Amino acid sequence: MPEIKTQDFSAASVAAIADPKLRRALDRVASGFEVARLARVADATPEVWDAWRQEAREIKAHTIEHLDHYLDLLHTTVTAAGGHLHFAKDAGQANEIVAHIARTRNVKVATKSKSMVSEELALNPVLESMGVEVWETDLGEYIIQLAEETPSHLVAPALHKSKEDVAELFTEKLGIPYDEDIYHMATTAREVLRDKFMEADLGISGANFVVAETGTLVIITNEGNGRLCTSAPRIHIGITGMEKVIPSMQDLSIFLRLLPQSATGQRITSYVSMTTGPRRSDDEDGPEEFHLILVDNGRSKMLADPALREALYCIRCGACLNICPVYARIGGHAYGWVYPGPIGAVVSPMLVGLKQAKELPQASSLCGACREVCPIKIDIPRMLLDLRKKTAESPDPSVRSAPVIERASARLYARLMCGPRLLRLAVRFGRVLQKVERAIPFFSFMTKDGKWIRNAPLPPLSRWTRARDLPILPKKTFHELWEKGLSRDDS
Amino acid sequence: MARLRNILPQSCHPLTPLVRFPNLDTEERLLTQQANITADLYVTCIIDQLYPEVGVSVVNVLRRLGVAVGFPKDQTCCGQPVYNTGFNNEARTLANRVLEQFRDSEYVVVPSGSCAATLRIFYLELFADDPQLIEEAKALAAKTYEFSEFLVDILKVEGASVCGAIHKGSAVYHPSCHLMRELGVKSQPQKLLSSVPGLEEKEMEGAEICCGFGGTFSVKFPHISEGMVGDKIANVQASGAETLVSCDMSCLMNMGGALNRQGSNIKIRHLAQILDAESE
Repeated sequence: MPEIKTQDFSAASVAAIADPKLRRALDRVASGFEVARLARVADATPEVWDAWRQEAREIKAHTIEHLDHYLDLLHTTVTAAGGHLHFAKDAGQANEIVAHIARTRNVKVATKSKSMVSEELALNPVLESMGVEVWETDLGEYIIQLAEETPSHLVAPALHKSKEDVAELFTEKLGIPYDEDIYHMATTAREVLRDKFMEADLGISGANFVVAETGTLVIITNEGNGRLCTSAPRIHIGITGMEKVIPSMQDLSIFLRLLPQSATGQRITSYVSMTTGPRRSDDEDGPEEFHLILVDNGRSKMLADPALREALYCIRCGACLNICPVYARIGGHAYGWVYPGPIGAVVSPMLVGLKQAKELPQASSLCGACREVCPIKIDIPRMLLDLRKKTAESPDPSVRSAPVIERASARLYARLMCGPRLLRLAVRFGRVLQKVERAIPFFSFMTKDGKWIRNAPLPPLSRWTRARDLPILPKKTFHELWEKGLSRDDS
Repeated sequence: MARLRNILPQSCHPLTPLVRFPNLDTEERLLTQQANITADLYVTCIIDQLYPEVGVSVVNVLRRLGVAVGFPKDQTCCGQPVYNTGFNNEARTLANRVLEQFRDSEYVVVPSGSCAATLRIFYLELFADDPQLIEEAKALAAKTYEFSEFLVDILKVEGASVCGAIHKGSAVYHPSCHLMRELGVKSQPQKLLSSVPGLEEKEMEGAEICCGFGGTFSVKFPHISEGMVGDKIANVQASGAETLVSCDMSCLMNMGGALNRQGSNIKIRHLAQILDAESE
């Protein structure tokens, strides 16, 4: 697996917010996607859109509930079509399967179309260490491969890069003159990659969907690179999570609408490529060998947990990232692992372990915008809450967040709120403190007019007053006003 | 009610300063007795402790609409802050008190989308595994309404003028996240606000984007929260409104605190305060 940096979330998010270039990039791209998505919702009408989402959700829920059945069926159909189905328990096994195929078939050059699962497995370094040249052929992936970075968005991996960044990168890595014209840069990449498609022995693709009934791997792309990866080389390996299976071709239809419309606001992507087995004797082209690797790598943990199971319904459209006000501030890299944004804050802790990723589920205001845009109606806020519960209640002190202080404050808070007398005492103490401070501003935590707290001396209030004022305690609480006459209805 | 509404046509707006409480009181009181609705106020701890005047406005408006308002004493926090941080045991302790205090209420009115969502939705999750308390939680959920929702859906208030509302100046509305996305209450507060005589409603960009409060999120990740509230108040300021209105004091405390820090004199008001002209 790639290096896990989820434990550095706080520091990474502070750094990300301080980066004005990142902010500009995020503003430009993510909000554009959301505007386009809204246009598609309007086209469909909100009622129809909602019915589509419900249908898609039901298909996913059904498939995940009966995953054993559909995986069995898929095994039969892939084999019947002349392909090989592999099941990998973890990243190590998945990488070993690919490495074994590459080794035994004497693979020298591999082309890849976009695959988040291969990022999750950190497959490229494994192949490269065997001396295989690996070329990412999705333009965004190609850019970040050249830059030796990781994707910062599910569908727009190089979202964090401006065109100037890319022009500089191309100059440095490809030795071409600086040219920030996007069309020219795309042409350059195309020329480089065209040759590689012809040279490649192995094509590696992800899968947006795998159809159990027919054993078909479905990928949707905008650049046609996917089709070249799956058809030009003599071997094709598809790698994807085991949750990507759907029952039938009929079920595919709804997803071919919902995925692109939710992701980029396109009615349909430029290319929809379906691959069933290797080339047949009367086919003009296509690979001689077809392998499909289904990866578990922690997914069965999600499957086993009723509260988090629906995270497996995700089709990786990225709509939750595009709407998320937290993602909009910090971008994808701060999340510290392959899957960023709201869905990443659920998936990462499950795949890398809550212990290392316990901050991610906390980093949300639980505003619920992600659930509203999710084409599968995945209840992300509830899953974040569930992970917070698992964090707070974990028997393992290293999982519990700030074990002593936070737990003690939660208990103290509950205690205070359960004893109205204690609460009244605390409020009175607060008022006295305010009065004293107003008379002799020893801590000078108030504004001059004495109406606001401006520099609270202690956390957590001091963290509030970094950029916000806090109202002072009023002379009377509502309870006191009620007792002092408000209870009489003399209107 | 329809006849009453006819007494108060839109065209009388310019006259409103003269008819602050347009002779409705007696008629409304008749309705009181007829309607015979009693509702208990769950005031929320933030209003109790920091914004008691909002609670007073809620009581005034409800009474003006003929509701007999009750207030179970010693009510405190609904438990949301601890529930949201994953401390479900502590949350259950607090939720238990609320179940008990409002067991006999006919209606429970909550002037906060967030706290109303806790009573109505989160309690069902908290007690999902408790066969006895889940029934109590369901009973509470069935009679709990957020303030604007109660006015429009239960009391069938068609416009703000029957509350005696009047306002001079412009206002912009922030639809709070839990109100909108947990409770699905969108049109009710808008309907009330846009029918306030004399109120000039402003629009803002990104109205439905979270203000960045999020309870403990605001102090756990202050840098992200500050960024969010910064964006939000920039939109509030750009709207040109003199007053920022919402149905949640927690969001308003967040945005109001940020506005004040930046020296803005945009006022924050709960919808109930706008409807309760007396409070202005």
